[in-house]
Formats: sequence, structure tokens, C-alpha cells
Amino acid sequence: MTTNSIEQLGLYCLIIVLLTPVLGKYMARVFRGDRTLLSPILAPVENAVYRICGIDADSEMSWQVYAVALLVFSIVGMLVTYVLLRLQGFLPLNPQHFSGAQISPDLAFNTSASFTTNTNWQAYVPEQTVSYFSNMVALAIHNWMSAASGIAVAIALVRGLTRHSAKAIGNIWVDMVRATLYVLLPICLVYAMFLVQQGVPQNFAPYVHAHTLDGRVQTIAQGPVASQEAIKMLGTNGGGFFNANSAHPYENPTPLSNFVQMLSIFLIPAALTSTFGCMAGSPRQGWALFAAMSVMFVTGVIVCTTAEQRGIPAVAACNVMVHPTPGQPGGNMEGKETRFGISDSALFAVITTDASCGAVNSMHDSFTPIGGLVPVSNILSGEVIFGGVGAGLYGMLMFAIIAVFIAGLMVGRTPEYLGKKIERYEVKMAMLAVLVLAASILGFAALAVVLPINAHGYWNSGGNPWTNVNNAGAHGFSEILYAFASATGNNGSAFAGLNANTPFFNLTLGIAMLIGRFLMIIPLLAIAGSMVKKVPVPATSGTFPTDSGTFVVLLLGAVVLVGALTFFPALALGPIAEHLQMIHGKLF
Amino acid sequence: MSITTTPPTDHVKLRTTPEGSPRKTRKQSLLDPELTKQALKDALIKLNPVTVAKNPVMFVVWVGSLLTTGYWISEIVGHHGSPLFTGQVSLWLWFTVLFANFAESMAEGRGKAQADTLRKSRTNTVARKLVNGKEEPTAAASLRKDDRVVCEAGDIIPGDGEIIEGIATVDESAITGESAPVIRESGGDRSAVTGGTRVLSDRIIIRITSNPGETFLDRMIALVEGAQRQKTPNEIALSILLAGLTIVFMFAVVTLEPFAVYSVRAAGSGTVPSVTVLTALLVCLIPTTIGGLLSAIGIAGMDRVMQHNVLAMSGKAVEAAGDVNTLLLDKTGTITLGNRQAVEFIALDGISTEELADAAQLSSLADETPEGRSIVVLAKEKYGFRGRELGEEDAEFIPFTAQTRMSGVNIAGTKVRKGAAEAVKRWVIEQNGAISAQLDDITAGIASAGGTPLVVSVDERALGVIHLKDIVKGGMAERFEQMRAMGIKTVMITGDNPLTAQAIAREAGVDDFLAEAKPEDKMALIKREQEGGRLVAMTGDGTNDAPALAQADVGVAMNTGTQAAKEAGNMVDLDSNPTKLIEIVEIGKQLLMTRGALTTFSIANDVAKYFAIIPAMFAATYPQLAALNIMHLTNPHSAILAAVIFNALIIIALIPLALRGVPYKPMSAAAVLRRNMLIYGLGGVLVPFPSIWIIDRLLVLAHLA
Amino acid sequence: MLRIIKPAVLLTVVFTLGTGILFPACITLMAQSLFPKQARGSLVKYHGVVIGAAHIGQNFTSPCYFHSRPSAAGNGYDASDSGGTNLAPTSEKLIHGSPAAAGSPSFTGIAQLAVEYRKENDLAPSTPLPADAVTYSASGLDPDISPANARLQEARVAAASGLTMDQVKSAVALHTRNRTFGLLGEPRVNVLAVNLEIARLIAASHKVK
Repeated sequence: MTTNSIEQLGLYCLIIVLLTPVLGKYMARVFRGDRTLLSPILAPVENAVYRICGIDADSEMSWQVYAVALLVFSIVGMLVTYVLLRLQGFLPLNPQHFSGAQISPDLAFNTSASFTTNTNWQAYVPEQTVSYFSNMVALAIHNWMSAASGIAVAIALVRGLTRHSAKAIGNIWVDMVRATLYVLLPICLVYAMFLVQQGVPQNFAPYVHAHTLDGRVQTIAQGPVASQEAIKMLGTNGGGFFNANSAHPYENPTPLSNFVQMLSIFLIPAALTSTFGCMAGSPRQGWALFAAMSVMFVTGVIVCTTAEQRGIPAVAACNVMVHPTPGQPGGNMEGKETRFGISDSALFAVITTDASCGAVNSMHDSFTPIGGLVPVSNILSGEVIFGGVGAGLYGMLMFAIIAVFIAGLMVGRTPEYLGKKIERYEVKMAMLAVLVLAASILGFAALAVVLPINAHGYWNSGGNPWTNVNNAGAHGFSEILYAFASATGNNGSAFAGLNANTPFFNLTLGIAMLIGRFLMIIPLLAIAGSMVKKVPVPATSGTFPTDSGTFVVLLLGAVVLVGALTFFPALALGPIAEHLQMIHGKLF
Repeated sequence: MSITTTPPTDHVKLRTTPEGSPRKTRKQSLLDPELTKQALKDALIKLNPVTVAKNPVMFVVWVGSLLTTGYWISEIVGHHGSPLFTGQVSLWLWFTVLFANFAESMAEGRGKAQADTLRKSRTNTVARKLVNGKEEPTAAASLRKDDRVVCEAGDIIPGDGEIIEGIATVDESAITGESAPVIRESGGDRSAVTGGTRVLSDRIIIRITSNPGETFLDRMIALVEGAQRQKTPNEIALSILLAGLTIVFMFAVVTLEPFAVYSVRAAGSGTVPSVTVLTALLVCLIPTTIGGLLSAIGIAGMDRVMQHNVLAMSGKAVEAAGDVNTLLLDKTGTITLGNRQAVEFIALDGISTEELADAAQLSSLADETPEGRSIVVLAKEKYGFRGRELGEEDAEFIPFTAQTRMSGVNIAGTKVRKGAAEAVKRWVIEQNGAISAQLDDITAGIASAGGTPLVVSVDERALGVIHLKDIVKGGMAERFEQMRAMGIKTVMITGDNPLTAQAIAREAGVDDFLAEAKPEDKMALIKREQEGGRLVAMTGDGTNDAPALAQADVGVAMNTGTQAAKEAGNMVDLDSNPTKLIEIVEIGKQLLMTRGALTTFSIANDVAKYFAIIPAMFAATYPQLAALNIMHLTNPHSAILAAVIFNALIIIALIPLALRGVPYKPMSAAAVLRRNMLIYGLGGVLVPFPSIWIIDRLLVLAHLA
Repeated sequence: MLRIIKPAVLLTVVFTLGTGILFPACITLMAQSLFPKQARGSLVKYHGVVIGAAHIGQNFTSPCYFHSRPSAAGNGYDASDSGGTNLAPTSEKLIHGSPAAAGSPSFTGIAQLAVEYRKENDLAPSTPLPADAVTYSASGLDPDISPANARLQEARVAAASGLTMDQVKSAVALHTRNRTFGLLGEPRVNVLAVNLEIARLIAASHKVK
């Protein structure tokens, strides 16, 4: 790591640490239903929404109702997106005249599942496929809705852990409306304007034809980018307006816009740890989660940056500079932008995969094997390193439950978290979530590498699905593994060389996304429903403290061990084998 | 009857200091050869798939063993593959299952041996049943509830019952292991007798209180044999976790096959790992160590409770003991020695202490209560007054009555009295004496310090005050300190007034006390604690304790107590030693800790196994992966075998730990966790590396791989 | 169930209108009035003609201009088809390229790019090249090159354009951006901006003549 990369990382961490309690406390107030600074303006809007939608804001829901409501809401949203995408040729704001036929039924399924589940995996080239209207209405609404529902689920789980002798875990409609109005909307308003100022376009003009100095014609895609970019980052959605995502100079024009984008990915997930602490009545509980996440985050950044800075031996062999000098960044610049260099690219890659964002400002597929191992490991560990908005917190709380269970036994007591006993039901649900994620990632990846498919058929016109990879050797396997990890983890980033726009991949990846989102949320809501009934046991010195350094270590152990033990064989055949081959100078 | 005021021999046992609490009776060596032989036999019997299927982790190993054995046979028959390797893997997989069975059998064996001893005392007993006032010899096994039987010296009591007539000394060693006889009598709280015990003296008539098959002895046999063993809540939760992990690893291993197919294709070299190798990997990864030892740990925990002479009605109760937040302890017998003792003579102005001591001793010579005797002893020890023999003709003893609340002696015209302050003061005034203000000061002072003042007077003169004090058992303060460190609140229950209670509570170091406690207060306290989410443990012996014993999460009934108490509680202490509650709590904690520690160890082991097996599996496909062979294992076969063998042997190596439990020291949860994480977590990561390396070398030396 | 479906449907409608239409509309209005230039894509005009966008890289092959980085967007710098090569460090194709085959155009590998770059700029094989000069950018639309990359091209640009070395160097210096706040990002030279400067200088020198 260079001095500059350490300084940038330090500044980044400092700002996140400072913002976490501020936004965290604010969100705790929002979800408690307290009045906030913005209430005078937003309360009338909020009440109007409740009136229009016929929502009784004062009634709360059991976990079952909460879960069903989330599912129904998601299905409705998914249907809307599917229909709008297929009909985009008949809809306005389509200066490039993209037709619905460009979006095949399987791609429309994949895309609507992807945006509904906060994955934002894109199996298409946006600037050649979707109209401005599709971007804004069919897709970007999910950036808001899936972020709001993620936050809602996290808050519901926290309520389950912190309330006692109760039945209800909140009202999902209220939680989503408040999350949108009081948290996402105000930040995005300012954020989008900042992005425009930095150079992100916001217009509905047709693509511009520029006549270059060199005598060529360059077609430059346009669109309402800024309004989508803001929520794409803040809601850890990651679905780009352009194919190159946040590497595209229109999405992310400057180092400053890049830095703010990175901050906005972690902003809400980090603050939610503090919200959790506030609602648990003990800020330290939140900071303990924050600390565990930070350790994994910083470790990832160090490993990834170091690997990328070391560069590629075969490139260095062409007498290309690897060491940074004041005039050039060195390292592995393949698939990276000059304005971001090595440091900002590696930092962004780690942040976007720690969180379930999936926006990229460099091409992960071209990372060195170890540099690429970090993003894929981040995803495989369940995206609990700050994680997606809401999803990170509830994922981490799931690991906390497993960690506390083993720790509790080790101190000789029935395990407790926040004073509540962790019993067979909670263990069962937490293990179910772990199992489902592992099964989806490994199972689908296994299917994709051995299932024979006829060439020129419907499912995969190229034939066997494993031939859709862009790279030979171990890296090709990494592409497939990354795809299903990203889909199941609802990340959305990719080793993008994989040609995933075929019915086979659209279908399997779409299903993986739905599994990863809902089969994770339902067990966790069930835990919330079970925990909310329990009476907390007062803490004594016989209680194992879950706000201590020991707990942080334990939590890290749980996340790393569960992840590493489950996926080590697969990783050994992907990035690890590739790394060892690369240093032995092998090319494929 | 003197017995009601001076409890018989078994009360002596109550005074056992906590350090010397009896553990002696049932201790068996961990690897008793007789037991080991039996366990080996049982381990083989347990290979029955129906039995193995109860344990999902071991069932996976069992199926794996069968699978690799099948491959081995086909390799031998078909002359292909490497039967030496496959055969060895199969063998060690079978050993893995066997070792786990052996651990369970070892744990059960200890209980079975005890059950056999108990069963002996049940057989062939002939009861003398009373039918219409006449004795009829009847087989003990046919006695029903409400039958009446006669027992005389030398008879074995044929069943559980209640003495309805008579008093007898009873040898209960068959059940308690304690040879000192106890006294049982009709009426009151000491009327219960247990089938299988022997009457040593006198004659009693017993009303049988339980039907055949439901007696205490039957239940005890069933318990120690583990016949009724049900999984405890935490054990179930842990089993779910282990089953979950097993499934996750199955995904990891099963999908490794297609991944390997891809890799072989991509690398253009090597072969896809054989089913034998994949099975070996799976067995190494799934938590076989804890999976194999889990039930042994549970049985051993119950057994440890038995060794403390406590009969736990369920494993759940033992586990709950580990969770206890609040411990209700009766003052008398548990915290204090049970009787007040004279500690000081305080003479009034103008009267010498010797004169007071002399009068106090004189007044107590005929007083056979422990308090009275302690006065005689104190006078003797401090002032050298020898106990005097007073004949009936010289002196007239005035016994204590509830009305006069004093006792004394009339001797040679002088009337010596001692008793409660108010009573003696009244007596002195009746004798036309005067009460000094100093006397009131002294008595008030003693009372406020938690003591009991006894005023001594001779005729109309009040001489001074005897300070009677409750003596706290040695070592209790340290014990309670440890409890506090473990996060357990101790509450002393006493009938004393709050002032006295507070003083003793302070001296003993308990956290709280309940003074002037009536049974319903005790009940209310338990409910209050439970409403706050706390788990409560208590001991009790009287019938009026029964509701509270039932309400408490851990209710330990004294074996000397009534049948009602014993049925209400979920444990019976055969030694009737209330202090033992503390040890039960420790055993409960130890039980959970052992499970947690071995789970951590088991999972942490996987790291090394991956480093052994993964490079070996793909040596031909990706030779570069040899960089992961950090143990420098000789060849793929030796590496895989070494991991499998380690995985099997570690079960054997950990049996003693599983049976004995991890060492337990009372300290805060955070400290315990740090310690256990270091030993079993970090240790679990590190230990396999050298072990697998050594096994690898041995295999190569023996030309087995 | 209807009690759940009704709010679910209505709330989806509210979200669609509010966040899908109202929000972008508001941002567009504000952006067009506050930052009209950026909102319209920061387009750059020369003699009244749009020659590109300030943030979007474009292809320059004329020797009198600075050359952008290799691009994998479409057939190179296609600003309606952004993207990278997605080739791995262990890819034979990435390092040594691949000839045109059925359905796929030829691809120039890093080793070939290095040879070409050295030849173009008359550099000895011993001259170490900046990494960005021979690697494909992430977006394929990277508007920048590293200062070191620019420095190696200066002599060629000067020679081909007829400008002096000082003119070229000061043009580069003018459009070199340092790290934001001395901390964020990397030093870089905006290729379009510097080439526009070169174009103006060439035009000016023609006028003088």
C-alpha cells in the first residue's frame, strides 16, 4: 500500500466513524416514530401517503404478517417492472427508440428479480437496451423500494431483539415510508445535485453525436443519470445507468464524486449499527458490530490494494511500470480508470462488495487473482461487512446469533443475546439462512459447470453453459462462482466477462437472487418474531458481554470460519489456483 | 422427646464444611478395565444403523464408511484403483463411528454399573404386609400404594413410604452411599423412608406411598442407566447447529465434484477426485468430534451429578442449574452451622465476668439444647469453670417453656435464671430487683449486631448478658464471592428478624436476604425473580417448601425431607447437604462449557484438514496448489489418510475430557470465554497441524501410504 | 390478505410516481437551472461544433495529438457502449492478443500495445512504460492519461504538430489535474482538453504563418 492509499483509507474510515452515530441516532428516532428536524415538512406528506394507501400507521404486525406484506409488495413491484420493461417501446422518454423486444422474457425476469432484490445485476448493456423511462420508472423505483424494505427488515429484527414480552415487530408500510421520506429522500436530493455539479448529466436529450478533432463521430449516451446515481449508491443497489457503471465518466466523473460515492455506500449500513445500539439502549452493542465489520473491511482493503499494486507479472515482463511514481500509478491498471488509479479502484471494489452495492468503478474480472479473491470472499461471507442497507445489519445479527450460541455454551450458560436466550428455534432459523445461501451459490455454480446444453438451442445458444466464460483456466470458474455468489448475495457486481444474457443464466441467476433475498429475510423475521416474545435476563458477570473486544473477535471468527470453511474448496479451484499459476507465469 | 430439638445424626452431616463436601462415594476410575471391556462390546452393537441414525453427524460417517467399503470391495474384485488406500480410509471411517459409540458406551457404562448395585437391593425383598392387623409375607414387588408394612431391625424396607407409627434408625447407604445411620420417625418432616434401605433398630409401621415400578429406587435406576434420557434444550439446539454445519459441508463436498470436473477440463490435466477421497474430505469437515462426543458429554454430566450424590430427575434440570441467576439458601444449616452459640459474657457494672460466667454455666447445666451446651463450654474454655455434677436432691431445674421463655436452676435457695431479655427482666422486677439502663443498652447492642442476648440473673439481681451468635460456616464468604464472580446472586432465607438477618447476611457475604420468611414469602420471591427473567435455584425439605421447590427452576429436595418435597423438586440430594446447590450449579455450567469447547475445537480443526486434503486432491490438476501443503505431507494418499486418522483418533483422545468435563474455575463469563477460546479455539486450529504431520510420517514409515 | 394487497399495490403506485417520476423531474429542473452545462453532459464545442464531452474519452490516432488509453468500448471509445475487456491477468489473449476470428474482431494484447507504443513514440525497449499506456480502461471511455504517459508522448506530438516542446509541455501542464485536496484520486491529464489546446495552438501557428 502506498502512503496515499493509507491516507485515503484513513480519511474514509474517519468520516464513516463520525457520520455513523449522527445518522444512526437520527434513524433510531425516525423508526421509533419520534419527531425529527424534518417532521414539519415531511409529516404531512407521510400522513398523506398513509391516507392514500389506506395504511393504519398505529397498528403493528406480527412477524408473519410483516413477512407476507414484504413478499406481496415485492411481487407487485417485480410484476410492474417486468411489464414496463417488456412494453418500453410503447412508453415515453425513449429517444433512442429501444423496443421491448430487446428485453427478452428471461432477461426481463432476471432484471426485475435483480432490481426487486436490491441486487441490480445487469445482464444487458443499459445504454443500448433500456429507455430513460425504463431506467427511471421500471428500474430506479426499486432502488428506493428495495432499500426501504431492507432497512425495514433490519429495524424489525432489531425490534425483535430489543422489545420484550411483545408480539408485534412494527408496521412494514410505516417503516418503508419513513425510511424513504426521512432518510433516503433528503440525502438523495442533496447528493444528486452534488453529482450534477461534479459533471453527472441530468437530461432527457437523445444521444449526442460529437465530431471529434480527429475527424471521427462519437455517439455519446445521455440521460437522467444523476437522479438515479444518487439512490443507486445510497441504497447499495449498484445498478448502473451505463454498462461501465461507476467507472463510466458520466456516472462518476471525478475523484471527489468517487470518494462521496464510496462514502454513500457505507453511510446507511454503518449508521444502522448505531441505530441498533440506540434501540438496544446500549450504543456499545452497535459499536461492537461496527468494530467487527471494520476489521474485516480494513483487512480486505489492505490485501486487495497490495495485490493490485503488485500488478501482473506478464505485463511487468513487457517493461511496464509496476511501482507507483508521481506521474503514474503503476500496478495492475487493466480495467481501471486513470483518475482512480490503484488505490481508489481497490478501495471501491472492497467497499462495493462488503456492502451489497455491486456498483463498480473498475472491472473486477481483470483484477489480479488475489485482488479479485477479496471481492468474491466479501460476497461469500454473506455481505455482512457493513453490507447492504438493512441486509448487512440483519446478516451480521444472524452471525451474532450463531457466535453467541457457541460462546454462550463455552461460558457455561444457555446463550443469550441482548439478554434474550438463543434457543433451538433461533439456531434452526439462523442455520437455515446459512444453508440456503451456501446451497444456492454452490448448487447453481455446480450446475453451470457440468450441465450439458445443446448449442443453438433456446437455453444457451452457445451450448454448454461453462463455455460462456470470457477467460480460460481457473479464472473461468471464478467468473461462474462470482456470478452466483453475487446473485445470491444480492450484490450485483460481476466478473463481467461471463456472458450471462442467456435464458439459462438469466433464469438461474434470477432464482438465486430471489432465494438470496427472501429465504434470508424470512428466517430472520421468524427469529425476530420469536425473540420479541422473550423476557430478557438481566445481565450479570455470568453473562457473556456482547459489547466487548472478545465478542468482536468471536464474531469475526464466526463470519470468517463459516464463510471460509464453506467456500474454501471452491476458492482454491478459482482465485487461489489462478494466483499460484500466475506467479508461475502460466497463461491460458 | 429430645430428638425434635436436637436433630439426629444426619444433621451432623449438614455441618460438613463446603470444602469437605462429600464426593467420595461413587467415584470410579475413568478407564476402569471392566467398564472399558463392556463399552467396547456396546460400541460394536451400536453400529446398528437404527441407533446411529439418531445422531445425524455420525450417521453421515456411517453411510460414508459403507460407501467407501463398497468401493474397496469393487477395487479388490476389479483389480483397479488403489485398494490399500481405499481400504485404509474405510477402516478409519468405521473406527470414527466406533470411537464415537465407544465414548457414549463409556459414559453409559458408569451409570449402568451403579444401576446394577442399586438393583441388587431391590430384588428378593419380602415385605411383612399388615392385613387386618396381621402380618403377611408378601413379595415387595407386589406392594401397592397405601399398603401397610412392618419393619423391624434388620429388615430391608420394601418400598417408598411414610412411617405412621414408631421411630427407627435406618441405614440408607444403599442409596446415599453414606454409612452413618439416620433416624426416621412418624409425624413431621422426617417420616419418609425409601425402599431398599435397611432398618437398624426399633420397629416401625410404614404406609407405602408408591406403586411398583414407580419407586424412588426404580426412578433412580432408570436415571443412572440413562434409560429415560431426553435431550436437553441446549443439546437439541446444538444438534441443530451441528446438523446444519454437516449439511453445509455436504454441499461444499458434493459440489466439489463438478467444480473438479471443470478444473480438470480447464487445466487439461489430472483426474476428478474419487468418491473415497471426497468422502474422506466430508468426514474430516463435518463436526465429528463434537458429534461423536455430544451424547457422552450429556450422560457424563448427569453422572457427575450422581457422583455428588445428587439425583437429578432430568438433564434439563442440570442444564438449568448452569443458568441459575439467583440462589435461595436457607440460613440454618446452609450458611450457618445451624445453632446459635455463646460467644461472650458481658457483665453489668459492679459485677465480675467470672461471677456472671459461673451463674450462666450453673443455669445451663441441665440445658441440653445446643445453645445451653455452648454456654457451658464457653464458661469452661474462657474461665476454666468445670462442669459440675449436680444431684437432683441439691437442685431443682426449671426447664424452658414457651410461656416463661427462660430456664434455670434453684439451688441452695438461690434462683438462677437465664432467658430472653424481656422475660428475665420481668422476672427480676417480680423479685423486687431493679433493671439498670446499662442492661438495656447491652441487649440492644447485641441484637443490633445480629446476635441473641440472654440475660442472666441470680435472685433479684441481673448479672449480665450472654451473647449468642449464629456461626457462619467456614469458607462461605469465599464461596459467595465466587458466585458473584459467576454472576449469581445469593439470597439468604431466614426466619430471623431483619436486624439479625442483616448482620448474618453481611458476615456471610450473601447479596441479599429475606427475613422473617414464611413459605409464601419464599414463593413470592421466586416468582418475582422469575418475572425479571431470572432462573432461581433453592433447596428445601419440608412439606411447606414443596410449592416453592416446584416453582423454582432448580429445586433441590433433601433426601431427609418429606415425600412431598422430594416430588416437588427436580433434584434430590441424597446427602441432604444444602450447600451442594453450589456444586450443582458448577456441574451445570461445566456441562455446557464442555459442549461449547468441543464444538469450537471441532470446527477449528477443519482449517488444518483443508490444508492437508485440498492440495492432495488436486495435486495432478493444479500442481501449483502444492503451495498450500504447508505441512509438507509426503503424498496425496498419506495426506488424506493422515487427516482421516487424526479425525478418528481425536475422538478417543478427547473422551476423558468429555467424561470429566472441561476444567471449571469460577470467574466472570468474559474471562472464561477468553480462556476457552484460546485453548479450544486457537488450540483447535493449531493442534491438528503437528498431529497430522506426525501421522503422515508414521504412515510413510510403515509403508501404508 | 386484501388488507395486505391493497396497501402493497397502492404503495407501489406511490413509489412509482414519487421516486420514479417526481424525484427525477425535480432533480432535472434543479440541475438544468443550477448547473446547466453539467446537466447537459459537459459538452465541449470548438468553432460551434460539439467535439465531445469533457468527461468522456475519445480516440485520437493522429500523431499530432496525445493518444488516449486503449479502449474496449465498442470498437474503441464508443460512448454508447461502455465497458472493459474483462480479461484476466492469466489470459493469453490479454497479454498477447488474438487475431480476428469468426464473430470476434482482432484484439491487441498488452505486449503488442507496448511494442506499438514504443514504436509510435520512438522509445527504446529499455524505457519503462506507464501502466495506463498499455492497459484497457474500465469504462473504455477514460478521459485521462497519466502525466508520465503524456510525458512520453510530448516529443512525438511536438514533432508531428510543428509546435515547440515548451508549447506542448505547457499545454500538458495546463490540463494536468493533481489529486483532489492533494489526496483523492490520481494525477491525470485530460486528453480531450490538452488536444483541444494543441489544436488551438496549431491553428494559431498556421495563422501566424
